[in-house]
Amino acid sequence: MRHLYTWSAILVVTLASVTGDILIARAMKQVGDVHALWRKVGVWAIIGRVLSNPNFLLGVAAMSVGFFSLLFALSWGDVSLVAPAAASLTFIGNAFAARIFLHEKVDRRRWIAAMLVAAGVALLAG
Amino acid sequence: MTFRKYLVLAGVTVFAAAGDSVLSYGMRQSGGISLHHLGSVFAAVLNPWIAVGVVLLLAFFASYTNALSWADLTYVLPATSLGYVLLALIARFVLHEQVSPLRWLGIALISGGVGLVAGGPALTSHKHHDAPGAKAAEAERSMASGSGA
Repeated sequence: MRHLYTWSAILVVTLASVTGDILIARAMKQVGDVHALWRKVGVWAIIGRVLSNPNFLLGVAAMSVGFFSLLFALSWGDVSLVAPAAASLTFIGNAFAARIFLHEKVDRRRWIAAMLVAAGVALLAG
Repeated sequence: MTFRKYLVLAGVTVFAAAGDSVLSYGMRQSGGISLHHLGSVFAAVLNPWIAVGVVLLLAFFASYTNALSWADLTYVLPATSLGYVLLALIARFVLHEQVSPLRWLGIALISGGVGLVAGGPALTSHKHHDAPGAKAAEAERSMASGSGA
């Protein structure tokens, strides 16, 4: 039963973080290259565009859900499992989701990179 | 990739690592947060370490969104995971903590992943080129590849 709670917490945290990352990445692609915009419209106009982007606001909401579910999960779950497992699975989940929703070309090089980082994070935090 | 863009990636890495460690230090000082004591969330924010941690994480978020405006998510995330390595190295050489062989293996794996993804292109998605600013970014990219040829 305890395992079930721990793994559902990991799943919720991972799903929320991946959703947040994808939405914010999509929002920033819609806003456009910040370095190119900086000279043209200035920093305040950029901040205005980012904050008024619906994808950005949804993404921040999803990230907050992920952050607070991690905080609560850490206070009753298996700490040595929840944080590293969620961080590690988020890298894998993002590679899948970026390919599907952001149309990024996740080639073999990027897959191996995501796997290596996920494994490394699991080892470091474990 | 310009020097400024590498600086942004370095900012994502350093601010995330520093913010996380300062925040967790503050959390250990102020005690845990539970569902039954939501007031403890507000008490926690008054702890100076937590306040500094929140500012650092805001700086992380600014550089993270900046990076995502010109690079793929599957590029930014692995490239900035060096922060985990940074934390382990600080633990070993500044705090003189023991780093187990398994953790060194973790450091090696992450560094390998970072090297792999950094050797490839930063941007591969071409879905949002109608977005404002995308044309300028495209011009910069073609200029960069032109000068490299």
